[in-house]
Formats: sequence, C-alpha cells, structure tokens
Amino acid sequence: MSIFWNVWIIFPTLLVIVGCFLLLRACSKDNTGVKEGESMGHSFDGIEELNNSLPKWWTYMFYISIVFGLIYLALYPGLGSYKGLFGWTSSNQSIGYEEGIKADSKAAVELAKAENRLSQYDREVAAADEKFGPIFAAYLATPLEDLVKDEEALKVGGRLFLQNCAQCHGSDARGSIGFPNLTDNNWLYGGELATIKTSIMNGRNGMMPPKGGLPIEDSEIQGLAEYVFKLSGRDHDATLAAQGQASFMKGCFACHGMDGTGNKFMGAPNLTDDAWLYGSSRLQVMQSIANGRSGVMPAWDDILGEEKVHVISAYVYSLSNK
Amino acid sequence: MMNHSQPTGADYNYTIVRQFALTTVLWGIVGMAVGVLIAAQLIWPQLNFETSWLTYSRLRPLHTNAVIFAFGTSALFATSYYIVQRTCQTRLFAPKLAAFTFWGWQAIILSTVITLPMGFTSGKEYAEMEWPIDIAITIVWVTYAVVFFGTIIKRTTSHIYVANWFFGAFIITVAVLHIVNSMAVPVSLFKSYSMYSGAVDAMVQWWYGHNAVGFLLTAGFLGMMYYFVPKQAGRPVYSYRLSIVHFWALIALYIWAGPHHLHYTALPDWTQTLGMVMSLILFAPSWGGMINGIMTLSGAWHKLRTDPVLRFLVVSLSFYGMSTFEGPMMAIKTVNALSHYTDWTVGHVHSGALGWVAMVSIGSLYHLIPVLFGHGRMYSTNLVNVHFWLATIGTVLYIVAMWISGVMQGLMWRAVNSDGTLTYSFVESLEASYPFYFVRFIGGVFFLTGMLIMAYNVIRTVNAPKDSLPPLSEEKA
Repeated sequence: MSIFWNVWIIFPTLLVIVGCFLLLRACSKDNTGVKEGESMGHSFDGIEELNNSLPKWWTYMFYISIVFGLIYLALYPGLGSYKGLFGWTSSNQSIGYEEGIKADSKAAVELAKAENRLSQYDREVAAADEKFGPIFAAYLATPLEDLVKDEEALKVGGRLFLQNCAQCHGSDARGSIGFPNLTDNNWLYGGELATIKTSIMNGRNGMMPPKGGLPIEDSEIQGLAEYVFKLSGRDHDATLAAQGQASFMKGCFACHGMDGTGNKFMGAPNLTDDAWLYGSSRLQVMQSIANGRSGVMPAWDDILGEEKVHVISAYVYSLSNK
Repeated sequence: MMNHSQPTGADYNYTIVRQFALTTVLWGIVGMAVGVLIAAQLIWPQLNFETSWLTYSRLRPLHTNAVIFAFGTSALFATSYYIVQRTCQTRLFAPKLAAFTFWGWQAIILSTVITLPMGFTSGKEYAEMEWPIDIAITIVWVTYAVVFFGTIIKRTTSHIYVANWFFGAFIITVAVLHIVNSMAVPVSLFKSYSMYSGAVDAMVQWWYGHNAVGFLLTAGFLGMMYYFVPKQAGRPVYSYRLSIVHFWALIALYIWAGPHHLHYTALPDWTQTLGMVMSLILFAPSWGGMINGIMTLSGAWHKLRTDPVLRFLVVSLSFYGMSTFEGPMMAIKTVNALSHYTDWTVGHVHSGALGWVAMVSIGSLYHLIPVLFGHGRMYSTNLVNVHFWLATIGTVLYIVAMWISGVMQGLMWRAVNSDGTLTYSFVESLEASYPFYFVRFIGGVFFLTGMLIMAYNVIRTVNAPKDSLPPLSEEKA
C-alpha cells in the first residue's frame, strides 16, 4: 500500500475517533451559560430544549467504546498497511502483495507457512487436519471392499455426500435431469468400487455432439427417438422406429454399440435400460439427439482429498448394493 | 422567543404534506402486503402460482424498495416538509419544485413497481432499479434538497432546530450514496452493469446499503422523532448538548460501518476491522437519540395511559434502542460468524424497520393527519389503540421468530461431528426453520391488519365534517 493510501485511510480514521472523543469531552462541560435543567431559550413551533448534562453512564459507555476501538486498532490490521501487534491475518490473500512479490504469491504463501506465519484459515485447517486426519487416514488404509461393510464409515460418507454431492445428485442421491441417479445400480462409467472412486477423484466429462456429429437430417430425429424408445421397450411407432434404426446405423453404434447397450469406457449411455438422464419424454429425447448433451462431474481430488473421496465412494456404492 | 409574527397554519404549504402523508399510508399497505405474501411463499412456495412476476426473487426487491422508498421515504417527505416549515416559521421554498418532488417521486415508485416484477434489476440490494430510474431519483432528490435547504435559508428563526439537522444530513448523504453506488454502464434501456468490479463493487454496495439504513432509516426518522415526541408529549427536549454530541458522532461514524456486512469475505482485513470498530463506537451515539427522546417524556409519563399516539412514539424508541444495541453486537466478527447469512439478520432489520421506522412514522401520522385536515383528533382513538397493539404484537412475533430461527440456523451450520464432518445438511436447517417462518408470517399479518385499520381511520378523519372531531381534552371538558 502506497504512502498516499496509508494516509488516506489512517488520517480520517483517527480524525473521526479522536474527534468523537474531543466532542464528547467538550459537551460534557457546560459552556452554554444557561443553568442546568433550564431552557436554552430558543423555541421552535413551541418546542424548547433544556440544558441537561449528558447522562454519566452513557458518557462512560462512549469513552469505553472509543478506548476499545483504539486498542483493537493497535492489535489488529486496520490502519492502512499496519499489521497490528498480533500479526493476525484472516487468509493468505494479501501475503504476496505485501511482500512485494505479487507475481509469485504462491511462493510467498509457502514462505509464510514455512516461517509459521499462518493465517487464521491455515491455522484452523491445520488444527482440523491434525484432529481428524488420523480418522480418515485409517479409512484410506482400509480397502473399499471392507469399508462398505463398516456402518460407521458409511455414515461418515453419507454426511460428506450431503454436504458436497447433494447439490446436484439430491439429498436422496436420486439425481435429477442431467444429474445421474446413484441409487438405481445403473452406471454410465461402471459401478465397480474402483471405478466409482475414479469417477469421483478425477471427474467425468460426458459429451454427445449434436446428432452425434453424424450426417443426420433433422427429418430423421423423430425416427431415431422412436427407435430409442423401442430399444428400451417403450410404446413406439413401428414404422418410424424402422426408419430410425437405419439412421442409427449411420454411426450412432460407434459409441452406443450395435445393440444400443452403450460403452462404459467412454460413458456412452445404455439405450436399452429405460433410464433417461436428460428426461424421458419424446420431446426431451429428440432434443438430446438434435442438440447433443454435455455433462460435467467435477474432479474432487483437489477439493476433498483422496481420504474423503475414498469414504464417499464406499457410500455411493452402498446406495445401489444394499 | 422570536418576535416575528408567527405564520398561522393557513400560511404553511400543507398541500404537499397532505399528499405525501396519504401516499405514506397507501404505500405502507402495498409494501407490507407484498412482504406478507413473500413470507407466505417461504412456507408455501406454490403461492408464486408458477408465474414469473409473482416469484419470490422478483417480489422481494419490490417489498424492500416499496417499504423503504415508497412508504418510509414518503413519510420522510411529509414530515420534513411539515417540520421544516413549522420550526423555521416560514412557508416552503419553491412550491412548484416541491410539487415536482411529489409527482416525480410517485412516478419513480410506479415505474419501480412495474419494472422490478418484470425482472429488470441492477442486482444491487436496495438499489435494484435500472439506470433510467436511478437518474430520475437523482433529479427528484436534488430538487428535494433545493426545497428543503431553501426553506432553511429563508427561515425566520435564528437557530436551526435539531430535527432539521437530521433531515439535512439525511438528504445530503442519501444523494451522495445514491449517485456513487448507482454509477453504471448502460448497455440498453433496461440493462446496465456496475462501474465497479469484484470486492470494490461489494464494498461500494454495502457502503451504500448500510448508510441507507444509517441516514435514511435512522437519521431521517430521528428528525421525525425530534419533532413529534416533544410535540405529542408537550414537553421540552431533554438535553440540547446531548443532541449536539449524538448528531455529529452519529453522522461521522455511520458512514464507516458498511464493511461489517462483508466480514469473512474477500474484503481486505483492514477494511473489515475499520467497519467493526466504527460500528462498535457507533453504539453510544445511536443511543443518544433514544435517551433524548425517552427523557423528553419526564413529567409526562402519565400521558402514555391515555394517548396511544404517544405510545407508538415511545415504543418505537424502545425498538430503536434495542436494534441499535443489537447492530453493533452483530458487527463484532465473532458474533457475526454465527449470525451472518441467518434469519437473525432478517429479524434485526425488521426490529428496526417495523419497530422503529414504521412505528415512529405511524405515530407521527396520527399526530399529523388531524392537523393537516383541520381536525382536533383522529376519527377513532380506539382504533389507533387497536392499531398500536396489532403493530406491537406483530413486531414482537416477527423478531422473536427470526431470533430463534437465526441462532438455530447458525448453530446447525457450524455443528461438527467427532469425525469433522458437518452434522446437518443445509436442507435440515431449512426444515427446522419452517415453524418460525409461520410465526413470522402471522406477525406480518398482524402488522398489515393494523395498517388497514389505519387506512380506514384516516379515510374517516379526512372525510369528517368540520368541527366534528374536537381535541380529546376539550371534548371531556
């Protein structure tokens, strides 16, 4: 922070606080020339004002708050770039900036940590890691096959799910349009324990281009939808479905398979299982085909760490394998 | 005492005061009715009838803007125009400009009532109106300042009464706040983007937001209080010196308090510290106004037994004292860590908005309306009394419900299991809040019912035959 900005902050701050102090002191003394409790001698529409002194308890309260404010400003960062006697910071947001190495703020933060100049956030995270770390380390050391039998671990996983996953997949894990249902044992990428963990750790990008990126005409969309309905055993128009099957052979099978059962390696949905990620109506299915779909599951390794993902994986598995 | 011949009621410009006084009641009902509707929507979401302009997201800004700028500000226009004339003993300066502020302000309210439900918003809380309306507000507000200060300049009294200090500070500061915060780049007639970005935008917004509370809802209404409390009690103001200290300290400190809305955010630490420190020091000056108002009743306490108008004014001061104690406490970072983002904040706002702003306005209007329409009293004092109890009970139900649900939410959000995971999901805290949302809704219904009774009483008073409503004391004599 430059000298100008320091002065710009510090001077008015102290001016207001000290000004309040001086004003309070001045008005505590009676310089009005009017006797205590008497009228000031001006009347406004019949309203007069008395010359009563300031209530003592109120004056002391005011002084105490001023003193508290000044002490607080001495201890904590408030007066411009002055850091305060406690050297306290809430986060690392200003570290690189204040050290003058803005270009490499990550290095500045590492340096601060190495010198034990921890922000409140870092201290709280370190304390939490120390306290809860062993619990999750023990979970990570347990193979997933055993973890799914550990009732306590599944409860922990369930709570982590509610706080981190429920926003998209729902509190009951049954998903919604665009977000997979996790309770139906129906898996885009595979429902084995290790695969579930991979999906959560690294995230997934499910992408179907418009019309599968194939030379399909708009007029063929309706037939394709009927064919997809037929694959899932739903009511369909047989003539249109037959036309749709021909369109399907233009290349949809490359991802969805000749029999339409999909491909778990690339997350291409099974079209024969009557499960509809983007809605089951004719219109929604036609929209999926015509416009394509794009779904993103973020990678949670960086956010939660492997320990927690490990426990959540067990919980997600348990939802479909009671 | 001044020796100038005192103008009689007939010499003052009461037309503008009457207009604003009556629209205060109208907009109060509209704004609070929308409030009750959205309180109900929080319990029964289907009450938005799947209609875009009836959704919570569009009606909530309509509610806040209607009660602050249509109801509250109309009350301030009415009382400031009345008080500045009577305490300066002169007619209002530039009557045509004054009339322009009335029609201009109503046009602004109407365009807000139309555009906000249509979904046009700048996205800035309590300043959602899009840029053409912002420009209109600026023009009307500057005109207001010209009329008000013009009247002060041509006063026939030697001093300026304390109520006018507060009105003056409120008018100037709101102009500055509005202009700075509304700076935006228009991209079309109905869309603009803030001139500021990131944390700076947030800080400017809450500098504005908190001083809308500080200068409009506090300083402005203190101006109202400084006239109607001594007038209704028939007593002199308790302490001139207290007026001086608390006025200057209040306006000097309030302007710094905004950052306490942004504790534990991307706002730099030093800014958060200053916001907290100034908010705490603000506590004593805020209470100065309450002390001066309540102590003005010394020797007139017995009047509370018979005068429901005075009761409105005194209870409003009690709520004022309560919420100006609560505010600095919530500005302390440790307390804020619990209260922020919970219903506690909503309760705090409403103890100020219902308990202080609305109650002092209602009390002042019950004093004002008979005077403006040439009567000695309101049509029915009993109905004023019924309104008083409805308003008081409604406010208490509202804020107690929000306190409980707010503290409960804060505690649920931070509860941690032995493994470090959070004990409750967000939805669980929401489910637990429903009973309190219902109590809040009932409180709102009470308050709104009181306003409807007021409207009836006002209509009967305005239409009453001349001399049919003599002052109470004369009637008994």
